[in-house]
Amino acid sequence: MSASDSGHQEHPLSIYLWIWILLFVLSTFSYMVDYYQLQGLWRWNLILVFMMLKAGFIVAIFMHMTWERIALISAILVPPLCLLVLIVMMSIEGQYTHSQRATFFGLQEAPVVEHHGKAEH
Amino acid sequence: MSQDAGQVANDGAVNELINDWADDKEVFRVHWGKAMMWIFLLSDTFIFTSFLTGYMKIRASSTIPWPNSSEIFALSFGGDPIPLILIAIMTFVLITSSGTMALAVNYGYRRDRKKTATLLFITAAFGLLFVGMQAFEWTKLIVDEGIRPWGNPFGAPQFGACFFMITGFHGAHVSGGVIYLTYVAIGVMNGRYEKKGYDIVEICGLYWHFVDLVWVFIFAFFYLW
Repeated sequence: MSASDSGHQEHPLSIYLWIWILLFVLSTFSYMVDYYQLQGLWRWNLILVFMMLKAGFIVAIFMHMTWERIALISAILVPPLCLLVLIVMMSIEGQYTHSQRATFFGLQEAPVVEHHGKAEH
Repeated sequence: MSQDAGQVANDGAVNELINDWADDKEVFRVHWGKAMMWIFLLSDTFIFTSFLTGYMKIRASSTIPWPNSSEIFALSFGGDPIPLILIAIMTFVLITSSGTMALAVNYGYRRDRKKTATLLFITAAFGLLFVGMQAFEWTKLIVDEGIRPWGNPFGAPQFGACFFMITGFHGAHVSGGVIYLTYVAIGVMNGRYEKKGYDIVEICGLYWHFVDLVWVFIFAFFYLW
């Protein structure tokens, strides 16, 4: 069922309309995260969940990935996994640089760069 | 083109993958333009992820607090400033354009030239609206708030460099997309694809949805984080 052979992507209109509405709702939710100034773990998790859901629906339905053959799906979706290595490495590197700067600039304790903390202003 | 489609259909995903790559024939059974567009988008994925990863590294390294995007991008319509409202509207504009694009692809394959061209023009118009709002946003940030690539009054000086680099590159993609969509829309209107087939609408649709996809990540990591 997943293997469309002609690459001709024609599907019922209703599925696009549903995904469209869903994207609107998810975007509203992610905006609400900021509007109601959710903080901490809730904030990060909700942002990531809504982001992944939106990205997933766009790629799967709007870009027709659901209906492509495995050869194309794997050729497009597997290589970006390399980027996870880059992200992990740069995350470690970033924390290291932060700690070095804190030492070098003579801060007693490296302040965690917290965003959206109202107390800082 | 589809001589051995049924043969491998029931063998499961792994066999299908092996069969497609192992035969002495084309691997991707799609329009060549579509395969190439996907390869291009894959390379673009690497570019944008590198930008966002660079931004993550810079922000994690900074010992000076990062500016509060919720306040910087707030906009007031007479009353109290509403946080991030312009960005929220831009997000909705881009999603709307993604929806009209999806419909254009659908009508393209139904060979409904009038509806396809109209929907493509509408998509391009939303793209133009997005770029216009971005120009407004940049002007406000540069002129009113004094944000520069080398510093700003709100916190970490790298904020401006990251912001202009990432949103600028995305905006350039949207602008290019508007030109691309307009070109295709005119072609559809004039019947340029009657013989060649309407794969081109799906191909430029892939590009446009990708631009929307990148915005999803920029919205989450740059504006909300």
